[in-house]
Amino acid sequence: MEAVSACPSFSARDYKSDVKPVWCPGCGDYSVLSSITKAMAELSVPPENVALVSGIGCSSRIPAYTNVFGFHGVHGRALPIATGLKISRPELTVIASGGDGDGFSIGGNHFMHACRRNVDMTYIVMDNEVYGMTKGQASPTTAPDWEKSKLTPEGTGINPFRPLVIALASGANFIARSFSGDPNHSARMIAEAIRHPGFSFVQILSPCVTFRPEQRDWKAGIRQAPVDATTDAARAARRLMTDDGFNIGVLFRGDRKPFQPSMKARVESVRDLEKEFRI
Amino acid sequence: MTARSVSITFAGSGGAGVMTAGNMLLDAAGRAGWHGYMTRSSGAQIRGGEAAAMLRLSTEPVESHDDYFDLLVAIDWQNVGRFSAEIPMTSDGLVLGDPEGGDFPEQISAKGTRRAEIPFKKMSKDIPGGRANMIALGAVAALIGLPEDAVNSVLHEALKKKGAEALTSSEASMRAGMEYAANLPASARLETDGVKAESLWSITGNEAAGLGAVRGGIRFVAAYPITPGTEVLEWLAPNLAKLGGVLVQAEDELASINQIIGASYGGTPSLTATAGPGLALMMESIGLAVASEVPIVVVNVMRGGPSTGIPVKSEQSDLNIALYGLHGDAPHLVLAPNTLADCAFTTQWAVQLAEALQTAAIVLSDQSLGQSRATIEAPADPGFFACRLRPEGPLEGRYRRYLNTPSGVSPMAQPGMKGYQYTADGLEHNEIGTPSSHTVDHSTQLDKRLRKLTAYDYGEHWADIEGEGDIAVVTWGSTTGPVREALARWREAGNQARLVSVRLLSPVQPEKLAAALDGVKRVLIVEQSHGAQFHRYLRAHYDLPGSVRAFHRPGPLPIRPAEVFGQLANWS
Ligand SMILES: Cc1ncc(C[n+]2csc(CCOP(=O)(O)OP(=O)(O)O)c2C)c(N)n1
Ligand code: SF4
Ligand SMILES: [Mg+2]
Repeated sequence: MEAVSACPSFSARDYKSDVKPVWCPGCGDYSVLSSITKAMAELSVPPENVALVSGIGCSSRIPAYTNVFGFHGVHGRALPIATGLKISRPELTVIASGGDGDGFSIGGNHFMHACRRNVDMTYIVMDNEVYGMTKGQASPTTAPDWEKSKLTPEGTGINPFRPLVIALASGANFIARSFSGDPNHSARMIAEAIRHPGFSFVQILSPCVTFRPEQRDWKAGIRQAPVDATTDAARAARRLMTDDGFNIGVLFRGDRKPFQPSMKARVESVRDLEKEFRI
Repeated sequence: MTARSVSITFAGSGGAGVMTAGNMLLDAAGRAGWHGYMTRSSGAQIRGGEAAAMLRLSTEPVESHDDYFDLLVAIDWQNVGRFSAEIPMTSDGLVLGDPEGGDFPEQISAKGTRRAEIPFKKMSKDIPGGRANMIALGAVAALIGLPEDAVNSVLHEALKKKGAEALTSSEASMRAGMEYAANLPASARLETDGVKAESLWSITGNEAAGLGAVRGGIRFVAAYPITPGTEVLEWLAPNLAKLGGVLVQAEDELASINQIIGASYGGTPSLTATAGPGLALMMESIGLAVASEVPIVVVNVMRGGPSTGIPVKSEQSDLNIALYGLHGDAPHLVLAPNTLADCAFTTQWAVQLAEALQTAAIVLSDQSLGQSRATIEAPADPGFFACRLRPEGPLEGRYRRYLNTPSGVSPMAQPGMKGYQYTADGLEHNEIGTPSSHTVDHSTQLDKRLRKLTAYDYGEHWADIEGEGDIAVVTWGSTTGPVREALARWREAGNQARLVSVRLLSPVQPEKLAAALDGVKRVLIVEQSHGAQFHRYLRAHYDLPGSVRAFHRPGPLPIRPAEVFGQLANWS
C-alpha cells in the first residue's frame, strides 16, 4: 500500500496570481515566472510560507504575478529587504529577484555583502544586459561596444561586470546560470538553489526583446556547462574567469555555514535588562 | 556656601583619566542620593587626545548644564585651553591645576577666575601606583561635600576586577586628594541629604532610547555605525540577543533601513538608529515604508550639519529633513524626546504609534541627549507596546491589504498566514495591492495614509505644557532643558510664563497648540538651528498669538539658561 503523504502537494498554478504582467510580448521574464512557480510546485512549499522580494525594473514586477507573499520595494534594495525578512523569520522560504541594473548597479554593494553574509536565501537575476524599464540604457553587464542607447551612443567603453565571478569571490554558497528559453532547466536551477543552504545566486539570461532584439539569438549560443559543478572555489574561479557567459548549469556548490543568529531568549523580560542601570 | 547645583569639569590630556574620574564622581553622587548630568568633550584626535568631563550635580533632577562652572580641575594643561568656550566661568569659580602641569592657558586666565594649585604629579609620585585622576576625584569630592563612603563604594565596585593593588593605590590617591582639599579655597557645596539612592539610575540618552525600543517590543535592529547614534545600537546588540531578538550590522544605511522594512514586513517590530548623513541616505526607503505601510522606527541622533558637519556636537538642524525630506506626499510620524529620560519614553511611544498606524516614525534625539550620562529617577515603563492590527477570523473573499477603512488603518497580514498572500508595494496601488496609476486609487490611498495619522488621538503626550501667564516659550528637544531652567528662574523672580515643549512634531496638532497658547501675548521660540527651522515650521503650520520672537542659533555650544532668561528679561 502506498503511504499517505502528510505534505500537501501543489501545482505551478497554485503559485500564480491573476494579475496580468505588464511585460512586452516575448519578454524572457514570462518564462522565468513560470520557472519560479514550477520550482515552487516541485518543492511543494505552501505559498503562504514563501516570500518573493524584488526591486525596481521590468523583471522586478514579478512578485505581484505570483500567489506568494511579495514585496516590490525600491530600486536596488531587494536583497536587504530579503535579508531582514529571512533573518527574522528563518522558517520562510525567501527569494529575492530583479534585473541586472537593479542587482549589479544600484544594488551592487548589497550583492557583494549578501554573498558574504550567506543568509539562507536565493537570488534570481533576470539578466538582459540592459535597463529595460527606463527604455534601454546600458547596464553593468552590457558589452562595451553596444551603441544603441542614447545615453552612450558610442558604447560604454567599459568592461562588463562579471556577476558570477564577483559572487564567487564574495562568498556565495551556490552559483548557477540558466536561460529563460529553457524554462525546465531554469526551474531545476531555482529548485536546487532553494534547497542548497546559504546564499544561492542564479543568473537567468532573459532577453529583452524590445531594446535588445538581437538577444533572440542567444538560444543558439547557450550550452550546458561541459563539466559538473565543482565544490572547489579555486577551480570554479578559473572556470568562471574563462567562461563566455553562455554555459548553463550549476557552476559552484559551496559548504559554508549559513548566517543565522540564534533567537533564543536568555532573559524573561526587559525588566531583567534594567538592572545594569541601577546605582 | 551651599548651592542648588554644582558644576565641575575635569580636563586633561589623553590618558590622564578624566573620563574615569567624571564617571566615578557621577556614580558616587548617585550613591549619595544626588542627581547628576555629565557630558564629554574631546579634541580632534580620534583617541587619546585632550578630553573634558563636564558634570553638574544637584539634589534635584538636572537635565542640562548651568550657565557657569564652579570648578575646573585640570590634571595637566595640555591643550585644555581649547575647551574654554565650553567651560564658561566667572570670578566666583575655582580653577585647580598642577604647577608642574604646563602653562596655564590664557583663554582660561582671561576669565579672572580664582586659581589654586594641587601638585598632582608630585603627590602621585609619593603614593605607590598613585593616580592623579583619583587625587582629583578625592579633592573634588571633599570640596563639594560628597560623603567619603559614596566615593569609596564606587571605587571598590569599579576596581574590584583590577585587583587589590590597583584598589589600594587608587584609594590612597583619592584619600590624599580629600586631605589636600583642606588647603584649598572653598568652593560651592551641596547639601548631603538627598533622594533615596535605590531608585536612581545612571544612564545615557542613547541607552535610554535603546531601552525604550525594547520596552516597546522592538526585536529586530539593523545597524550601521555613525556618531553620535552608535551607542543606541551598541546597547541594543547584546540586549536584543538576550531577549531573543537580533541586531544585524548592515553594509550601509541603505541596507539597514531596508533590512528593517523586510523584518517588519515579516511581523517583527523593527528599528534602526543613525545620524544626519545616514538619515539622508535612508530617505527613499522611509518613503517606501510609508507607501507600503510597513511600520518602522528610525532614531536619528542629531549632530551639527550639513554634510559631515560637526559629528560630536549637538544641533537641532535635522528637523527639516525629518519633516519634509520624503518625496511625494508622504505623511509620517516625527517625534522628539526633550530630556535624557524622555529618550526612553518617546522612543517607546514611537514604536507603539508606528505599529498602530503602520507607518514610519522618525525619532529626533540629539548628541546632547544621546551621549550625556545622567543620574535620574528610574523611568517607569509607560506601557506603550507594539500592537499591529491583524486580519481576524476566516478570510471572506479576496484579502485587501490596503482596504480603505474608516480609520485608514487596514489589517496587515504577515507571511505564513494562509490565504492572505499579498504584494507590498511602493508603487501606487489599489486596495488589493496591485499597482495602479488610476486617479481614484491614488487619491484614495493618499487620503487613507493621511487620515490614519490625522484621525488618531495622540492624547496628552504631544507636548509637555507647564506654567501659566501670558508669556509662552515654545521649544522642542534638548533645548527644553535650559528653557525649563530659565523659566524656573523667571518664576522665582516673580514673573509668570508657560512652557510648551513639542514632542509630536508630525502630524501637527494645531488645535492643541492653540489651546496651550490661549490668552498668550508673547511667544518666544527657542531652538538650536542656524536656519530657524522650528520657527519656520511653527509659522507654516500653526497660528501663533501675540508678538513672536525667535531665539535660534546653531551648535556647537549648548544654549544656556541665562541666554533664554535674557531673551525674556530684555523683551520690552
Ligand atoms: C533610485 C532610482 N533611480 C532610478 C530609477 C529608474 N529606474 C527604474 S528601473 C531602472 C533600471 C532597471 O534595469 P534592470 O534592473 O536591469 O531591470 P529590467 O527593466 O531590465 O528588467 C531604473 C534606472 C528608480 N526607479 N529609482
Ligand atoms: S522592455 Fe524588455 S525587459 Fe522590459 S518587458 Fe519589454 S522586453 Fe521585457
Ligand atoms: Mg535589465
